[in-house]
Amino acid sequence: MTEAMLHVRDLHAYYGKSHILHGVSFEVRPGEIVSLLGRNGVGRSTTIKAIMGEVPPHGSILFKGIEIAGRKTHEIARLGLGYVPENRDIFPGLTVRENLYLGQKSTKSTGRWTMQDMFEIFPRLEERAETKAGVLSGGEQQMLTMCRTLMGDPDLIMVDEPTEGLSPMMVEKVGQLLERIAERGVSILLVEQKLTIALKISHRLYVMGHGHMVFEGTPQALMADTAIRKEWLEV
Amino acid sequence: MVIFSTLNGVLYGMLLFLLASGLTLIFSMMGVLNFAHASFYMLGAYFGFQISQWLDFWLALIVAPVLVGLIGAGVERWGLRTVHRWGHVAELLFTFGLAFVIEELVQMIWGKLPVDYRVPPALDFPAFTLFETTYPAFRMFMLLISVAIFLVLLLILTRSRVGLIIQASLSHPHMVAALGHDVPKVFMAVFGVGSALAGIAGVIAGPALVTQPSMAHVLGPILFVVVVFGGLGSLSGAFIASLLIGLIQTFAIAINYSLGDVLMALGVTRPIQGLLNDLWQVTVAQVGPVIPYLMLVLILIFRPTGLMGTRET
Repeated sequence: MTEAMLHVRDLHAYYGKSHILHGVSFEVRPGEIVSLLGRNGVGRSTTIKAIMGEVPPHGSILFKGIEIAGRKTHEIARLGLGYVPENRDIFPGLTVRENLYLGQKSTKSTGRWTMQDMFEIFPRLEERAETKAGVLSGGEQQMLTMCRTLMGDPDLIMVDEPTEGLSPMMVEKVGQLLERIAERGVSILLVEQKLTIALKISHRLYVMGHGHMVFEGTPQALMADTAIRKEWLEV
Repeated sequence: MVIFSTLNGVLYGMLLFLLASGLTLIFSMMGVLNFAHASFYMLGAYFGFQISQWLDFWLALIVAPVLVGLIGAGVERWGLRTVHRWGHVAELLFTFGLAFVIEELVQMIWGKLPVDYRVPPALDFPAFTLFETTYPAFRMFMLLISVAIFLVLLLILTRSRVGLIIQASLSHPHMVAALGHDVPKVFMAVFGVGSALAGIAGVIAGPALVTQPSMAHVLGPILFVVVVFGGLGSLSGAFIASLLIGLIQTFAIAINYSLGDVLMALGVTRPIQGLLNDLWQVTVAQVGPVIPYLMLVLILIFRPTGLMGTRET
């Protein structure tokens, strides 16, 4: 078995006094697309926020063999962990090009991805390169946030609900982009509520119930397990 | 008179902007309204005075702001950052207390009376004479410095990578950190530079106005009017509001007409007698000081986000 890119063991997290994560454990291996599924409020977003150090984590988080629990967010990012948050957080007053430029971790150009790569994948971003990012459509903003994080050349990218509120065509595009990212050897942790693209592109999936994992397996295994889907995923 | 008042108004406005720009940047990045900001301006003036006494004014112009900036950065690093975890109210109270600490310290060191901080001899001559009135060269120099700093600030913020990171941190500091930028360091730098700008304003305003322990108190409230009126967190708003208030205040002082005079000129005789009679004789110059605060109250009623502000507070 190859060594895990990201290995989370017995992770607990709290918002104030409420205990949100009750010992979450999972791993993402190099080049793998792993999905973290579950209903709203079970702690999916908290899990990645804890990994990024935005919520104080209790437990062990090994990234490329380095313990990152307790480190500062920007240090974690510099180790090669990319994060695309759910609310997209584009910088509205800056242009598309400036947004992408800030994704780079230094002034010198990047590793796997250049701005030209991004423009080739999404010609729309090149057309709007000098436009303020705040006026882009929801789908365009989603593309921009993903591309911005890629500019920092992460080895693993965590994407929180990238398909939320997008048209079926854009959802398709997001799925294609994720597969292209994985082709270049970047691992992906995809956090989703719906099964749509997760079943199609993931190598493995985890299902979260109140603050801990309730399922781990392949898409086929999840499809076969009606009980889990009924209890933890379907509305 | 119009030319002089305009010059003075713009000058006062630019001085206000030197302070307001730092204050509004700090506010929008950290969510902290820094009550001690005007105190850094006062420190700038006193440091400027002391260094001019020991060495000379030109050195003071460089060294004093740097010192104030370092103090500011230190306050952020070892003060605010520690207090931050207890929330914004604690931070607000912290800066409030700090303002008093600085004022008391200044009184302990330099005394309660104004110090003799004078215009440097090299700039102590009239710049030009118009209609038999002269305009001091030092004021032109103040104007020049503040405009130059404004331009440099604008270039840095819009053209440099650091400027982009600062702009991005205004809206989403967490995201900026997640992209691998050291946001706490950026915060400290912005606080330091903001304080240094206030320091520069102090060094150049000290000789023209009066350098005394109450100077922070005098300017502080107007500063908040500027920042709130322009829209908390908006640099362009702060710029417009600074100039507006600068001009309004200087013109108001220069206009010596009352409502009664205006009506009289229009051929209306005094319509009301008795108690309200006094109202007609109040001149614009007399109500001048109240105008900025009136503007503050009105804008909060009609446009709570300020002129250009987007942030709800």
